[in-house]
Amino acid sequence: MNDTIARREGFLHEFRKNKALFAMAAPAFFLVLVMQYFPMAGLVLAFKQYRYDLGVFGSPWNGIQNFSYLFSSGTGWLITRNTILYNLLNLITSQLLAVIVAVFITEIHRRHFKKVTQTVILLPYFISWVVVGVFVFSIFNYETGLINTIVKTFGGEPINFYMKPAAWPWIICAFNAWKWTGYNSVIYIAAITGIDAEVNEAASIDGATIFQRIRYITLPSIRPTLVTMILLQVGRILRGDFEMFYQIVGNNGQLYNATDVIDTYVFRSLVTNPDIGMTAAATFYQSVLCFVIIMVVNSVVKHIDEDYALF
Amino acid sequence: MAANSKDMASSAPTKIRLSGSSKTFYFICYLIVIIVAILCLVPFILLISGSFTSEQWIRFHGFGLLPGEFSTEAYKIIFKTPGRILRAYGVSIFITVVGTFVGLILTTLTAYVISRKDFRYRNALSFFFYFTTLFNGGMVSTYIFYIQYLHLKDNLLALILPGMFNVFYLLIMRTFVNTVPFSLVESAKLDGAGEWRTFFSIVLPLLKPGLATIGLFLALGYWNDWYNAMLYMNTEERYPLQYMLYSIQQQTQALSRIAAQAGITVSNLPSNSLKLAMAVVATGPIVIVYPFVQKYFIAGITIGSVKG
Repeated sequence: MNDTIARREGFLHEFRKNKALFAMAAPAFFLVLVMQYFPMAGLVLAFKQYRYDLGVFGSPWNGIQNFSYLFSSGTGWLITRNTILYNLLNLITSQLLAVIVAVFITEIHRRHFKKVTQTVILLPYFISWVVVGVFVFSIFNYETGLINTIVKTFGGEPINFYMKPAAWPWIICAFNAWKWTGYNSVIYIAAITGIDAEVNEAASIDGATIFQRIRYITLPSIRPTLVTMILLQVGRILRGDFEMFYQIVGNNGQLYNATDVIDTYVFRSLVTNPDIGMTAAATFYQSVLCFVIIMVVNSVVKHIDEDYALF
Repeated sequence: MAANSKDMASSAPTKIRLSGSSKTFYFICYLIVIIVAILCLVPFILLISGSFTSEQWIRFHGFGLLPGEFSTEAYKIIFKTPGRILRAYGVSIFITVVGTFVGLILTTLTAYVISRKDFRYRNALSFFFYFTTLFNGGMVSTYIFYIQYLHLKDNLLALILPGMFNVFYLLIMRTFVNTVPFSLVESAKLDGAGEWRTFFSIVLPLLKPGLATIGLFLALGYWNDWYNAMLYMNTEERYPLQYMLYSIQQQTQALSRIAAQAGITVSNLPSNSLKLAMAVVATGPIVIVYPFVQKYFIAGITIGSVKG
């Protein structure tokens, strides 16, 4: 009791003392409160039968029915599996490529060459997914796509990619790497250039080859960065990059089984299906599970090595 | 290309004596970097050459990396009736300028507060913002809340508010604020300056690189946004550029699908090259500005990767 009073007085005291600081933080505080925290209350929709006229809180409860529909129809498992597999594939390919590019670029000593290639490799990060969607269509479409132009030039039969679901995981993975390699390599290049130049010099004087330097100096130096990047991605393993999937795949129903992730499924049902209970269940399941995963992973990592923990 | 890079490799200035295997290493090094760089550029080459190719050529031969038959037809169509595009440009510029400006103010003020060591709730406040990266309401409840309770449907605020504040930018900005010596703040206050005065005349002028970095990230986010427009905008007059591009692309695709099914040719409309020309018009400003502001983005990405 006394404790709470003391704390409340503490707050009032702090408020009086730092009124201006409270005022400075207030706009962002209320913006985030309204735009991010208030919608969290809507997660209760997962346990309700939503009716627009009754609103979020007036709609009747229906227990876990939404969840059982989601998973008994098989959709829940399919989109969960796809989301996880795509995230793993994209994590491995884009980080690996970024590490390779970063190691090689830092080994290059020609300044102009280095600058120009780095500029070019980072360029895709600045391009909107809509434009990437235009690229994908121009490269892969049946009638006029670049690949079929090349195939036809060599006298081959044009390929209808939009009828071949098996090709799409690789196409998506390729464009994900295309978009993010430059961005991620900037992070690794920063880690590598943070190495003391003397360490490398001393190693070469002692007769270390380039391979030994990379193996024993460069790669260990980027390990903390790599671990952080992997942890961040693992924390998002149930979140699909909606913008990427939606722009690359579009509304091609043929490809849904191979390319539908939780986010695209949710969006599609949100706009086409008036019964949003199941959709709300999918987002609830995604948000909660993501939160649990990141907390568990972080505490495990903290247990193993405090320095690698995210928070 | 390969021969060229070999030349570079063997003449690469380095303190190490180049053994045979190091030469091979440098050769591979240049080769891989060149290949990755080319792969990054290919879609842009396709985009530009396709937009300058005549529609008949595309329909007959398909897209190539070089313009088969040069034509500016697509651009002529865009600029003949520029109303739609100009309006979309206007919307994009408006949301970018307003959102970036207000977002910068919010981010900087908040970053200043959470970096003040004498502010008791700085950690609680940081956690309040950080928590949104761990947990959120998800697409459905956010959508319903914005529409039913905030009435953002078809309201330009729906394009501005969601992207205005971001924890990632807050943490980057805090790093910039931390470079300002706290003794400056303290001495300003001793001289009788209030908190606001101290912030605006002492701290803010020292944050120029931080302002440039975060401002550019915010602006890029607004310029490339189409997702919020897709969810919340109904009237075409309020479409930003990227979403306008998307909807035109959908229309021409739908049109050609219908035409193909009905066996009609819509040869008067250069739909293929038009799409690419639109993409060039929408992306052009970014690609032109990018080389000059690249260093700010690199600084931001680097700082952002160091966990805060």
